[in-house]
Order: sequence, then C-alpha cells, then structure tokens
Amino acid sequence: MSSNEAKSVTLIFQNRVCTLIQRFQSWVRLDSGNLSGGQQLAVKYFSVAVILFFAQIVFGLLAAIQFIAPGFLYEILDFNVNRMVHINAMVVWMLYGFMGSIYWLLEDESGSDIVGLKWGNLAFWVLTGAVTLVVLVYLFIQIGSGTDSSLWFINEGREYIEAPRWADIGIVAVMLVFFYNVVATFSKGKWSGIAGVLTLDLVALAGLYLAGMFYMTNITHDQYWWWWVIHLWVEATWEVLVGVIMAWSLMKLLGVRRKIVQTWLYIEVALMFGSGILGLGHHYFWIGTPEYWLTIGGFFSALEPIPLVAMVVHAVYDSGVHAFKTGNHPALAWIIAHAFGNFFGAGVWGFMHTLPQINLYTHGTQWSASHGHLAFFGAYATINIAFFYLAIQHWRGDVWMAGGSRNAWRWKWALGLLNAGVMGMTIALLIAGYEQSFIERAMEGSTWGGYFSAQNHPSFQNAMVWRLVWGLVTFAGLVLLIWDLLTIGKEETRKAEVIAQAEG
Amino acid sequence: MNETPLWASESFWKKTAVWVTAGSFLILIVLTLDSLSKTSAGTQRVPAYTVINQKIDYRFDEQLNKYMPVIGGEQLLFGKRFTPEEAEQRVTLGKKTIQAKNCMNCHTLLGNGAYYAPDLTKAWLDQGWISTELREDMMVKFLMDPEKNARTYGSGRKMPNLNITEDEAKGIVAFLKWMASIDTNGFPHHFTSIETED
Repeated sequence: MSSNEAKSVTLIFQNRVCTLIQRFQSWVRLDSGNLSGGQQLAVKYFSVAVILFFAQIVFGLLAAIQFIAPGFLYEILDFNVNRMVHINAMVVWMLYGFMGSIYWLLEDESGSDIVGLKWGNLAFWVLTGAVTLVVLVYLFIQIGSGTDSSLWFINEGREYIEAPRWADIGIVAVMLVFFYNVVATFSKGKWSGIAGVLTLDLVALAGLYLAGMFYMTNITHDQYWWWWVIHLWVEATWEVLVGVIMAWSLMKLLGVRRKIVQTWLYIEVALMFGSGILGLGHHYFWIGTPEYWLTIGGFFSALEPIPLVAMVVHAVYDSGVHAFKTGNHPALAWIIAHAFGNFFGAGVWGFMHTLPQINLYTHGTQWSASHGHLAFFGAYATINIAFFYLAIQHWRGDVWMAGGSRNAWRWKWALGLLNAGVMGMTIALLIAGYEQSFIERAMEGSTWGGYFSAQNHPSFQNAMVWRLVWGLVTFAGLVLLIWDLLTIGKEETRKAEVIAQAEG
Repeated sequence: MNETPLWASESFWKKTAVWVTAGSFLILIVLTLDSLSKTSAGTQRVPAYTVINQKIDYRFDEQLNKYMPVIGGEQLLFGKRFTPEEAEQRVTLGKKTIQAKNCMNCHTLLGNGAYYAPDLTKAWLDQGWISTELREDMMVKFLMDPEKNARTYGSGRKMPNLNITEDEAKGIVAFLKWMASIDTNGFPHHFTSIETED
C-alpha cells in the first residue's frame, strides 16, 4: 500500500468514526448545555466508568467459563489475565465513579466554580490514556522476565494493584490534581461538614496508595503494606467516601435536613474508622505477623458491621420520614439497594468468616470470592449507579423521573436482574467455598491433593456452573442498565418535581 | 425543651469522629512498628534467607497446639551452600519472577490471591513432589515446561507456559523453600508434609 492509499484509508476510517459518533449523539439526545463545567467533567468520568463496568463483567464471565472448561482460551487469554482485568477494571471503574460523583457535587456543595477545571480535564485524559495503555499491555504482553523493568512497565503482580510502577506514579499525579480541585474549590466557596469529611478522607485515600508502591522481597512485609492499601481503602476510606456521597444524595433526593445528614455522617465516620482501621488485623492472621493480631483483628472486624447497620437505618428512616417522595425513583431505589447491599455484602458476609477460628479454614477459598462479589457490588457499584441516574436526569434538563415515567420497566428490570445476578453468584460461590473449606482444609489438610479433591467434587463444580448462570443474569441486567441510562427520560416533557430542602 | 441533647448534637459526633480516627490510627502505627521489627528476615517468625541451606518441615506442636515450621540441619538446595548475599539474591529473583509472571492471579501465596490454582504457602513441602530426592528437579522441570509436566490431578486445569528460564525457576524454588519456613500462626492447619514418614 502506498502512503497515499494509506492516508485515504485513514481518512475514510476517521469519517466513519465521526459519523458513528454523530449518529450516536443524535440518538441519545443528551444536552450538555444543561451541565455546569464540573458536571461536564463528571459525566466524562461516568462514561468511562460504565465502559469499564462492562469490561469487568465480560472478563469475569471469561474467567468463570475457565473454571468449568479449563482449556478455554488456554495460552491465549489465561485465567490470570482475565481475572486481573476483571478485578482491575472493577477497582478503576469504582474510582472513576467516585471521582465523577465528587466533581458532580463539588460546585453545588461549595457554591463556587471548580478552580482548576482545565487541569481536571487534562488529568481525566491522562488517566484514561494511561488506563487504556495498561490494559493493552495486560492483554497483549501479559508477562515479563523476573526483573525490575517488568515491574515498571508490564505488571507488578500484586493482586488488585497490578498496575506497573509508571502508572502508579501517573495515578498519584492525577489524584493530586483531583485533590487540589476539591480543596481549592471548597476554600474559594464555602466549607461544609460534608466538605471537611471529604477532604480528610481524600488525604487518607491518596496517602494510602503510596504504601503499595514499593518492591519488597520479604513477602510478610510485602503483604503487610499491601493490605494497608487494599483493606484501608475498601473497608475504611471508600466506605467513608460513599457515606459522603450518600449524605449529599439524601439531601438532593429526599430533601433531608443538612444537620441530620451531617450528624449521621460523623457518627458513621466514627464507627467506620473506629472499627475499620484496626479491623485491618483480620488480614494479618496468617501472613507471618505476631499473634496479637488474632485478637485485635477478630475483635475489631466483629465491630465492622455496626456502621453499616447505621447506614441502613439512616437511609431507610429518612426515606420513610419523607414518604419516599422523590423526583428520581431509580436513584433512590439504587441508594436503598446500596444500604442493604453494603450491610449484607460487606457486613454480614464479611463477618461470617473473619473470626480467626473460622478463617483458619475459610481463608483463601471461594468464601472470599463470595464475600467479595456481594460486598463490592452492594457497597460501591450500587451507589455509583444511583449517581449515574442523578446525573442523567439533570443532563436531560431535570425531566420527570418519578412514578409514572415512561419505560420504567427498564430500570426496574435492570435493578432486579443485577441484584438477583450478584446475589445468585454470591450464594453459588458460598456453596463452593463450603465445599472447599470442608474437603480441602478440614478433611485433607490443605495439600495440593486436597485442593484438587475439592475442585473435582461434583458439588463444587455444580456451584461453579451456577455462578456462571448467575453471571449471565448479571450481564443481562447490565446491558439493560446501559440501554436505560442512554434512553431514560428521552421523550419526557414533564419537569421533575422540585424537592424542597427542609430548613436547618 | 428545644435544646438538642449532647448525644444527638453535630459537634459532639464531629469531635468523636476525629478522636476515634486519630486514636485508632495511632495504635495502628505503634503496632505496625512492632510487627515490622518482629517480621524482618532473620527473626524468629521470618527466618533469614540462608534458611534455604537447611531442612524445613511443618509439624503439629503439642505444646502450642498448632502447626509450626521446624527448621532442621543442613539440606542444601541444588547441592550448593548459599552465602547470605547469594541466598537473598536467589530469593529476590524468585519473588520478582513470581510478580512478573502474575502468579497471584491463579495461585494464592500466604492464602492471598486467586483460587484457580493451589496455595503456594507450603508448596515446598507438598506431597505432590513425591520424594525429597526428586523434588528440586521436578519443580524446575514443571516451572519451565508446565504443559508437558502438568500436575492436574484429573482437573484438566493446566498451568500455561510462562517462558520461565532455568535461572528464574531455581529462584522460584528458593523463594518457595524460604516461604515455607515462615511462622504463619498455624495456617494451613492439619497439613501432611512430604517429610512425614509413615
């Protein structure tokens, strides 16, 4: 092909892509004129979040198939690649969702324009470019030799934080821009209780990431710091972050008084950090650390469900007091799903196996996968989806999205299918986990022979088939959710009811 | 009558949140300093890398009522006595290879990771290696060509070929031998090691 031919092919391709984007834009008919600068940035984050959510489920399904048919994609996309993309896409889409939510509420909460909006936009494109590159390397290069350069440029090989070192540094830079925007905007506008909690939480969240950026040969120390990132993110700073997001949403959705949500937020922070920080100990039972962690970890992780009960009470009580009167039913429904999902997934399912006496048998089995699926979905996916609905309503020009809205079956079925799908996977994995703890650990003493006896047992294999079935249900729910997010309120001409916020 | 009681006031809970957070974090820092010093390589809980020159076993301790690593006399790895520097180098190469080959997204190490393949915490002591004489050779061969030397126990789950060199494979074996010597508070429980004579 000559260079002229190549040029014309690229031009045709570019034109095709442009017309496709234009067609898509005229089909979704979203009007960005309804959005402020910060909200326009927020919806960019939300769009990438939804794409990564989709990728998460697709790669999860591939990995689930490999449990049933181990030869599937052998040496093309092996289990370790699929599973890594599955869990990394999850972490990253949740962070995109959180960052989007905060950019969304920032101007409203501070009463000021975002200070460094240009930097915020630049950081978004840098982060998105980096994420794309990292995923391409994961998929096409996959592994390297046992040298530092592999850890810098391909894969750090540490569960959940596999991103190569160069990307770690990029993520920190992007987080600093984000943090600057939050603090500078509140400083220019006004500080609220929500603003204060958010700022302190972001200091902790960004700071903890640094704990995972060092190479250590001593695997006990390696795992010790690794859990600083993983546990203290997921069971402390992320929980407080969703507390902030929920507090703000309850004011917007139901008109709850600021004083009430802020008091609740402080109670939640006290309980969350009070149990979550030392609850870290439940990961320190078996990695070589001293025995006192058995007591500390067991005790504080037993307290961890308490703040989650508080969040259920908070959300349900407020909804009841305001008689479920809201201008956005899908968002409120997902907020309620969040309150219960967080309590059951993180609270109940977590507590079920964090006592050391139980954990000695259940640690490193499908129990963890069962807990992980319900907890991440219940605590974080749900509230991000609630926020997507809040955003889409405003994007459409504050249209009616309460009772009697058009095509309401779509969001209801999406809600039902996603929740049923994840719950189904959770139960299937719990059964697999019982099988594994019982056969591999209790009966056969954790040898490789014992491991495979459990994996080969029909009860275990049936459970894995059911996990795939429920995974497909989840996927169907996700497709419906995306369709609904793109179309909800499109032909709606009625304006949303204005929910007045109670005084105080 | 209209006054808010202390327990329901915003400022009371704000102060509580700050104090509880700061207090918990402070305790965590103190415990972290203690834990890190007690788990440096070369301590009772986490032996020095030169432990790869010795025999390692894992047995039930009647007095402590849990399974404990037992470090015995000399048992060289690949017939070579490693100096402290060489031993650390070997184990480091093994650890870096384990990270670069993304092992943790199938296997678990100290119980953390994925569950598609066996836990490697006490892999050095697993009876799957048949006998202590055959072990080292079998491990290296398996790592370098897992498809031909697959140990699938009828599950059909095969480790892919990860282009592991002989040097890297020996590093991994050193790393696994060293990891087997860590005192993990009795995890895994009820484990029968390859050293057990019956």
